[in-house]
Amino acid sequence: MNSIQKVSRRSFFEGIFSTGALILGAQVLPESLLAGDVDNATWHPSVYLGINPDGTVIALTHRSEMGTGIRTALPMVLADELEADWKHVRIEQGIGDKKYGDQNTDGSCSIRDFYTAFREAGASARLMLERAAAAKWNVPAAECKAQLHQVVHKSGKKLGYGELAALAAKQAVPQKAELKLKTPAEFRYIGKDVAITDMDAILTGKAVFGMDARVPGMVFASVQRSPVYGGTLVSFDDTEAKKVKGVSGTATIERFKAPHNFQALGGVAVIADSTWAAMQGRKKLQVKWDSGTHAGFDSAAYKDELLATARQPQKVMRAVGNVDAEFAKGGKTLDASYYVPLLSHAPMEPPVAVADFKNGKVTVWTCTQNPQAVQDTVAGAVGIKPEDVTCNVTLLGGGFGRKSKPDYAAEAAILSKQLGKPVKVVWSREDDIQHDFYHSTGGMYLKAAVGANGKPTAWLQRSVFPSIGSTFDDTAQYAMDLEMGLGWIDLPFDIANHQAENGPAKHHVRIGWMRSVANIYHAFAIHSFVDELAAAAGRDRVEYLLDLIGPGRKIDIKTTPPYWNHNQPQEKYPVDTARLRRVIEVAAEKSGWANKKPSKNRALGIAAHRSFLTYVATVVEIEIDDQGRLTIPEMHFAVDAGQIIHPERARAQMEGSGVFGTSIAMMGEITAKNGAIEQSNFNNYPVARMPEAPRQVHVHLIPSNELPAGIGEPGVPPVAPAITNAIFAATGKRIRELPVRKTKLV
Amino acid sequence: MIRFKVNGQSRVFDGDPEMPLLWYLRDEAQMTGTKFGCGIGQCGCCTVLNNGKAARSCVTTMKDVENASVTTIEGLSKNGQHPVQKAWKQANVPQCGYCQSGQMMQAASLLAEKPKPTDQEIDAAMQGNICRCGTYQRIRQAIHIAAGVRA
Ligand code: FES
Ligand code: FES
Repeated sequence: MNSIQKVSRRSFFEGIFSTGALILGAQVLPESLLAGDVDNATWHPSVYLGINPDGTVIALTHRSEMGTGIRTALPMVLADELEADWKHVRIEQGIGDKKYGDQNTDGSCSIRDFYTAFREAGASARLMLERAAAAKWNVPAAECKAQLHQVVHKSGKKLGYGELAALAAKQAVPQKAELKLKTPAEFRYIGKDVAITDMDAILTGKAVFGMDARVPGMVFASVQRSPVYGGTLVSFDDTEAKKVKGVSGTATIERFKAPHNFQALGGVAVIADSTWAAMQGRKKLQVKWDSGTHAGFDSAAYKDELLATARQPQKVMRAVGNVDAEFAKGGKTLDASYYVPLLSHAPMEPPVAVADFKNGKVTVWTCTQNPQAVQDTVAGAVGIKPEDVTCNVTLLGGGFGRKSKPDYAAEAAILSKQLGKPVKVVWSREDDIQHDFYHSTGGMYLKAAVGANGKPTAWLQRSVFPSIGSTFDDTAQYAMDLEMGLGWIDLPFDIANHQAENGPAKHHVRIGWMRSVANIYHAFAIHSFVDELAAAAGRDRVEYLLDLIGPGRKIDIKTTPPYWNHNQPQEKYPVDTARLRRVIEVAAEKSGWANKKPSKNRALGIAAHRSFLTYVATVVEIEIDDQGRLTIPEMHFAVDAGQIIHPERARAQMEGSGVFGTSIAMMGEITAKNGAIEQSNFNNYPVARMPEAPRQVHVHLIPSNELPAGIGEPGVPPVAPAITNAIFAATGKRIRELPVRKTKLV
Repeated sequence: MIRFKVNGQSRVFDGDPEMPLLWYLRDEAQMTGTKFGCGIGQCGCCTVLNNGKAARSCVTTMKDVENASVTTIEGLSKNGQHPVQKAWKQANVPQCGYCQSGQMMQAASLLAEKPKPTDQEIDAAMQGNICRCGTYQRIRQAIHIAAGVRA
């Protein structure tokens, strides 16, 4: 049987836990709810841990695995506090269910939001096991200590966790105040490297991704969608499509109703007995579309609009001092515009989902970052209740934010309802690149009044981009609070007069969030501009950057609406310039910054950015050959993410961020003509391959017992500006528009 | 009727001879270790060995494998003991893992041809295999490890 079929709620309780198992649910109240109305907040158990009579510990992970190692890291936290033997820990993936708390695996927050909950769940079970042993031996609990899967009495007698499970289950769940969490010195797994749970399955081809899901009686579908966002179906002719061997018919999916949210785009599906037949049939479809209001979208003209808007005064989002008064003094100023195009996530596994509509209920198997959004979206699509949707979560072949948006699961459910059998919808790479929830294009304008030593006395910055908000509100034109909080209104510089603004932009495609989101264009503009100012002043970049940041301090960001700060209070996760300075100093030292002087062919560039509550400085070393071909021999990341659970996976995420950032800087670009996306596959939407990727990424993790912060995303934002700053150092060419490949370097 | 072998096992196929091997493996043989990433020979996710040499199964048709011997990730070794698999584990290569079957098949093909490849040879052989998670430096390291294991 396909292994993913086993993971349903019923089988979780009836199959995985045998009778006598100790099941413990930890209560988690998300911080976001605490800030609001506590009385009305529902308490959801979010962590499940079971101990079988045979001693097997089962850790249920409710977050999605897309390559970060979360399916290993959170169980490590649990096992550590439980004093479990990792060899006897089995990990099971949770289905979509609100009782787990938030399951949307994005925003680099799985550890941040669930670290304490998993620790408490483990510590609570440990205490219950100790008390159970004490009761059985009739000795004081203080004389019993849990140690690597058994409870040991001071006399030396021992009982295994399996033997104690049934007794422990009868113990009262301890109060939070009774729990004794470990000190860092006592950690057995936290901070150590543990091989990822799915290693052997991946290495032998047995790992089950969304693309590999299969249920009996399933048919395959390939969907033709409007080339222009929001287009509607006029008519279609499927005569030739139906002649393709294996094709059983066609079916239509209605267009979404605005706002598009995560609804299906709509289109014509070819149904067949294999993926190949469905794809072949689809090539023979004749479809007429009414392209609708976005048929005039031209990304080149749109870019000019964004940049023109950014050159005009816009909505003030943060103001410190008075920039206008400072500019009015008529001193020396510097200004520049920057641009980042639309980008596509292009996870290695395209979107794919299997859905089975039966008796008014739907079961879904899919690669999703957000199983609860699958429940809601599918329910809405077929007119049932979210509780009647069971979402089984497979491994994800990459996500990067694309798989937080389950339109593909809605398509499968709609088709399954129509056809009365399970349907697998497979997106081709072309579907993926042409119908993404794109990373927003951004136009930025920056201006500074330059004082003594080249340090700004005033700094103005404007960003204009179609907002993620347009996915949820068709009329949205200004940034959401979170987008402003992503590296824009939290500028950590020591400048007396500072203003951050945001201008309006209409959306003409679906706008989504991609690994590090608005930080991508914000960090590119800010850190390019820093480099321009330093160059104009003739100063060393590291020294200038530290001067600009100023002394170590905690900056109180005062804005209306309040600074988003990843839903965390600033007292808990302040903007701490001491930590930002530290990563810059470490990156400079480790990369040999001081001793490597730029030459015509080889140079270093630096950028440092706080995002996802983590501080990252990146130094990039580039080499440019006589043909203008750029390679990256070295990249250094200095990272302060607070307490690190799994250092090896943290390093892997930074290495991956280096490559992802390189793709953004060097080659990524989605363009549109007459409303239709011009790219279609990796031949015209290139991403970094081995020779183009950084040869060696060195990761320097700052040892810390501070609260854990994000790891999956914060490595990405500084990469592009560090690369373009290095290009300037080597060639004198200032790249203000990504991707770099559009500029000839020699 | 097309006759061929997959992982040493004889097979016959009498469907569309133009169908790519990838979809035969995934949908018909239900061997899903071989992945779909682009369908046009651009990403390497679907790499298998065709008579011992790396081939993109998404652009290899069924008629191309007539009398051929195909090896997929499922048949690379018994129990993951191929030097490449062991090295991949040692270097903790996979992130999401989706591209890795293709990467390992490509690496196995390279090592069969060049037991001690240089960095340049590794880059040249592996540049058709995209890893969107960005595991390239560990792949390079793992290939060197595997080359040592073989010696
Ligand atoms: S799927 Fe075959 S090369 Fe991409
Ligand atoms: S490991 Fe995710 S694409 Fe390579």
